[in-house]
Amino acid sequence: MRTFLKLLAFSFSGLSFLQTFAQPTFPENGVADPRQGYYAFTHATLVQHAKSTITNATLIVRDGKIISVGSGLPVPIGAVEIDCTNKFMYPSFVDLYAEYGMPAQQNTGRGGGFNFAQQPQLETATKGPFGWNQAIRPEVNAYASFSINDAQAKSMREAGFGTVLTHVRDGIARGTGALVTLANEKENLVVLKEKASAHYSFSKGSSTQSYPSSLMGSISLLRQTYLDAEWYKNKPASEGVNLSLKAFNENRSLPQVFEAGDKWNDLRADRIGDEFGTQYIIKAGQNEYQRIREMKSTNATFILPLNFPLAQDVEDPNDARFVSLGDMKHWELAPTMVAAFEKEGIPFCLTTSDLKSVSQFATALKKAMEYGLSETAALEALTLTPAKTLGVADMVGTLEAGKLANFLITTGPLFQDKTQLLHNWIQGIKYTIKEDAGSINGTYTLAVNGPGGTEQFTLEVKAGGATTLYAKDTLQSKLSVDGKQIKFSYAPIAKRTRGGGAPGADSTRRPTGGFGGRGMGAMTEQLPVTATRLSGLVNGSSWNGIGTDSLGNPLSWTASLVKAGEYKTDSSKRKELPVVGSLTYPLLPFGWKEDQRPKSETLLIKNATVWTNEKDGILKESDVLIKNGKIAAVGKNLSDPSARVIDGTGKHVTPGIIDEHSHIAAASINEGGQSVSSEVRIGDNLNPDDVNIYRQLSGGVTTSHILHGSANVIGGQTQLLKLRWGGNDEDLKFRAWPGQIKFALGENVKRSSSPLGNNRYPDTRMGVEQVLVDAFTRAKDYQRAWKEYDLNKGKKGFTGTAPRRDLELDALVEILEKKRFITCHSYVQSEINSAMKVAEQMGYTVNTFTHILEGYKVADKMLKHGAFVSTFSDWWAYKMEVEDAIPYNAAIMQKVGLTVAINSDDAEMARRLNQEAAKIVKYGGVTEEEALKMVTLNPAKMLHVDEKVGSLKPGKDGDIVLWSDHPLSIYAKSIYTIVDGTIYFDRAKDEQMQKEIDAERLRLVRKMNGEKRSGAPTIPAQPSYQFMHTCSDHGHSHGLLVIDADETK
Amino acid sequence: MKKIFLSILCLSSLLLSAQETVLPAKGQTDPIYIINATIHTGNGQVIEKGTIRVEGGKILAVGDNIPVPRSANIQVVDAAGKHVYPGLILPTSALGLVEISAVRATQDVREIGDLNPNVRALVAYNSDSKVINTLRSNGILMANVVPQGNFVAGSSSLVQLDAWNWEDAAYQADGAIHVYFPSLMARPSGGRGGMGGFGGPQASGSDPVKEGLDKIESFKQFLREAKAYHAQPTHEQTNLKFEAVKGLLNKKQKLFVHGNTVKQLLAALDFVQEFGVDLVIVGGSESYQVADLLKKYNVSVILQQPHSLPTAEDDDVDQPYKTAAALQKAGVLFSISDDDSQTRGRNLAFNAGTAAAYGLSKEEALAAITLNTAKIIGVADRTGSIEVGKDANIVVSDGDILDMRSSNVTFALIQGRKIDLTDKHKLLNQRFEEKYELNKGKKGF
Repeated sequence: MRTFLKLLAFSFSGLSFLQTFAQPTFPENGVADPRQGYYAFTHATLVQHAKSTITNATLIVRDGKIISVGSGLPVPIGAVEIDCTNKFMYPSFVDLYAEYGMPAQQNTGRGGGFNFAQQPQLETATKGPFGWNQAIRPEVNAYASFSINDAQAKSMREAGFGTVLTHVRDGIARGTGALVTLANEKENLVVLKEKASAHYSFSKGSSTQSYPSSLMGSISLLRQTYLDAEWYKNKPASEGVNLSLKAFNENRSLPQVFEAGDKWNDLRADRIGDEFGTQYIIKAGQNEYQRIREMKSTNATFILPLNFPLAQDVEDPNDARFVSLGDMKHWELAPTMVAAFEKEGIPFCLTTSDLKSVSQFATALKKAMEYGLSETAALEALTLTPAKTLGVADMVGTLEAGKLANFLITTGPLFQDKTQLLHNWIQGIKYTIKEDAGSINGTYTLAVNGPGGTEQFTLEVKAGGATTLYAKDTLQSKLSVDGKQIKFSYAPIAKRTRGGGAPGADSTRRPTGGFGGRGMGAMTEQLPVTATRLSGLVNGSSWNGIGTDSLGNPLSWTASLVKAGEYKTDSSKRKELPVVGSLTYPLLPFGWKEDQRPKSETLLIKNATVWTNEKDGILKESDVLIKNGKIAAVGKNLSDPSARVIDGTGKHVTPGIIDEHSHIAAASINEGGQSVSSEVRIGDNLNPDDVNIYRQLSGGVTTSHILHGSANVIGGQTQLLKLRWGGNDEDLKFRAWPGQIKFALGENVKRSSSPLGNNRYPDTRMGVEQVLVDAFTRAKDYQRAWKEYDLNKGKKGFTGTAPRRDLELDALVEILEKKRFITCHSYVQSEINSAMKVAEQMGYTVNTFTHILEGYKVADKMLKHGAFVSTFSDWWAYKMEVEDAIPYNAAIMQKVGLTVAINSDDAEMARRLNQEAAKIVKYGGVTEEEALKMVTLNPAKMLHVDEKVGSLKPGKDGDIVLWSDHPLSIYAKSIYTIVDGTIYFDRAKDEQMQKEIDAERLRLVRKMNGEKRSGAPTIPAQPSYQFMHTCSDHGHSHGLLVIDADETK
Repeated sequence: MKKIFLSILCLSSLLLSAQETVLPAKGQTDPIYIINATIHTGNGQVIEKGTIRVEGGKILAVGDNIPVPRSANIQVVDAAGKHVYPGLILPTSALGLVEISAVRATQDVREIGDLNPNVRALVAYNSDSKVINTLRSNGILMANVVPQGNFVAGSSSLVQLDAWNWEDAAYQADGAIHVYFPSLMARPSGGRGGMGGFGGPQASGSDPVKEGLDKIESFKQFLREAKAYHAQPTHEQTNLKFEAVKGLLNKKQKLFVHGNTVKQLLAALDFVQEFGVDLVIVGGSESYQVADLLKKYNVSVILQQPHSLPTAEDDDVDQPYKTAAALQKAGVLFSISDDDSQTRGRNLAFNAGTAAAYGLSKEEALAAITLNTAKIIGVADRTGSIEVGKDANIVVSDGDILDMRSSNVTFALIQGRKIDLTDKHKLLNQRFEEKYELNKGKKGF
């Protein structure tokens, strides 16, 4: 009996009008009603934090804080006791990635990608003494625009959250976040920390300014902002007041949260952090499980969202056809992500962010747990880890004296299916999530008084509201409780053949969710309309009410408890982990399974025709030995007992093909937001998940030079790759390579194809020349200023300050100092000539003219200048500036004495570069050996890596191709493409992999179909489109599923 | 006396002329004998040491035992060691309709509107386009000039590439009506790559498959009405669009449907079933998946660009190279095109060569750019192979024309006329060989 009285108190204590905080400065409209909010929660199973549970615990709370906590503590005088027998208590959750209480976003931004058809906005539209770029908004403070929103708060509270870090998700530097509770109180009282964090991302958000228009531009802008902010500390008069830089500096002492949202972006963010001495807390996406080791190497704490992809409706094979294996595998593997972080020991928090609705959180979390996330880790990720990560563990995250009274009361262990979240207390205020229905379980005597006298029944109420009602016979019955109100109806069991048990007496209904799940709703069993219906109020151990019987006669009734129900926890059987397919690197078709990753081997190719590109020329019936990733020997009758021997009879060996001009394997290519963007670096945004890497290996390519696009005169820094398929972004990089940079001239930089005309300088070839003159004039002044500063800074009495470091000019100074080489997109003779004249005037050399389709007109001048040239074999007439392009161009330039390369600039043609080289024999009659050099040794020379690659010489890298036929023939196929002695393309293995892809696709399509049939939510099939970057120079079409990254929205 | 024409003759003159002086050839007068040739007839046959006799623009004899008369009034071309082929036919092209694709003023290829069956590519064909001669240099002697469009684009015409004007060029006028099918695929909406991918699925409310099928249905409805219109003996009002599809309905014209996906192909098959049209699929990158159906309905395919990337990430990396062989195996009549807008069709033979590297025999690959194309366009009775009675459209190459390593076209006849193989590129090459004195010391300098 005593239990029920306390339960009564428990149920009534939390109506919120009974409690509120008083704010001394705010006048009261009425009579003051100060309260202490002094409670003692007793007899609970209290989980202080993931690793400490107190049984028979008492938690004492006053003024919104925890006063003490311990086992069996006495109830202090003046405190209201709330009996929590059979209840569990947990710290309420903390979400570090909320947008709670922030104004609605207006996404007016241009998204990403430079757009040739859109007019640039070159200056910021933000008014006031702020920085130059609209996407840098460190001056924005979340607290300033925070207003409580109880509808949002309620859904978060229902999911178990008590405290959130909220910020304005807009821009690259986003300003500060505020730590707030989810209590429905005045803002003054719920803001725990007004500047709790600083936020960053790569997305320009609502910025309408053109720059940055690429991921690499975002990276550069953020790097430059770090440098500018540092420089601004000395209050340079020339800058005036710059509140953005001021705020940026102030924010740096806060925890730094970076929304990266993708495995590679996580690494990109972390590298910026490393450069500027900052360890970001990384807000992840859904694909980090694909590179878990790399994630660990960041040493970051991650904030993980739980928005797992839904199964797609792939029942129609036509639809399934365009859903890629990678997307299907991602669907299957994404729920393993959180468990993967736990297993790898990477600290992580969980967030409700990215879910369509916060109400999906419990289900998503349960899914993560099904896929291996432990309860302990889940709780820690929701409580202590976020608190510690933000440095607010003195306030929230555990149930310890002195902290906020933010806690959950549940009917059982938190993550069990049947457990329900009853209350979420925030700052000592109770928020009822669900009335305590479980407590009515037990056996009752039911007395119903009607016209025919009193009828006695025995009523058993079980967990979940299932009832058994019997007098002489068992009756069909149904009970529902809504808070204090009870409804109950019963009828004799209808005659029908049905095996076993009493219908309705033991419903098979399962709870729909864990905490926060639905309460006792309708049972599936329908009672007849003639059933006796009772309703009344629950009043502890006795219930009273009225009703009508089957004939409509009025009734009254009482029920009294005979025996309270036992609380049963779920039997804690750990389910088997779901079976999922294996991860591959990358998670794409033709990706390697962990144990199948190709390794460097000792390889001996015997008896082949060997194209050495050395003075030996073409060797018949010769051998090539590769060892330790290098070419060990070339000649006849080679042997090595440790070697894998490959018969090369009738076949040809050449050096691996080197593509001087490519745009594969990058997340962005064109930073067109300004005419000079030498600060951006392709290497900052490599994309190892581009299937074109593998496709190009199939065509014998081993090295690709990834160029910035041609949207502007001085583009970005390029990146040389080795096609180490399966590696990460760093693995792809060609090691120890002097950098290059892309320049461009002519129609593209003048934006000639823009239908709206052009407002970005330059608009003529006259202006293009002046952009170059201006940029290098500034670079030289900058170079001199630094030289002077470096020379004098140590001297006594020197009072000067360091010049502002400018990443744009740094790259140009590298050119002047011959540490960085230019590859210059160019077509017509006038512009080629002018570019050389500017270079000669400024003291640098144009290393490579790329495209250079009118190169044949000024070949002698380029030779004199000392340039290399890289061109197409036979392209022409796709734009005005290639009207005079001729396929004899390469041969003429070669005959004049230039070192000529043939490049692709096209992911498809790159697979046939050997054939493109063959065309130079056809058009212009160079020798076959010279033609092959145009795609091997010559590009190596212009990339300044001919010491390492480009010919078959002992000591050089083991980058070779074994061809089925003469390498300049259309009938030649690569049998093996080898990089660093590692076979990355093996035509026989490729065939095997295709079979595996088909089998894996079939398995996953069936699994998705099964998901659909089981009633799980699905989405329509989503064709797996691929973005492809180009020079934006010519109109290759790459098929149904390829979207040109420059395409207009 | 035999007049021996050596192929280098046409190049050896140091005539530094503009292309404007490359004149269309005069009609054939003397009989021509091509002798000692390896003749690839285009129908699968190869004749070693063969002779072709050409008179009055026609092939009068072909074989390895054709007597060559001793006469001063014949021309003999000794093709010893060389390969002789039927003139190549480019089955889909914007040749003469687009000079420089980025310059709008030079484009006459896409008319406004969705329903333009009455628009005729032939009337805009510029027979003086600088691109034409660069194709002839690679053995392409005819091209099907095709209008582009949003939906029903107009009619294409086959032109021979040695003419003073489009009327002279027309080899077969208005042979096919071209329809560009809607994609019947969802596209992601908004956003672009590089900054975190795109915004997800199609905006709700629009169903591109249904919308596309409705559009296709509207063309069927148009044809039904056209059929009814043509059943009338007289018309109160003349409808030019109905008039334009008369040939389609009575099978004097073919229906060329541009499409790639299986759904597009299936939707196209309906036109065979309902209207009995001669259907040709242009594009057909996914055609190998429904090859048996195409065969069943006698639908032929023009593979527009074997040199392309696989459609899906998961596809065999060489799938586009292998599609031709799959169609060959299934018995589908197909042809190969070269739709590359950077090279303007000059690599037609190499697209076929790639198909030969990936499953076709060389003669099958040759047929895909000669006889099959002639069949698909409907001119196989006049051209497409080196067979008696056909027009003498003939190409001589130093070696295998399918392989850039050996392809070098030295001599060509269009309807028996020996054409000038000079082109703008050769002339510019000569001009700058002069500048740099690259031929100094060479014979004949």
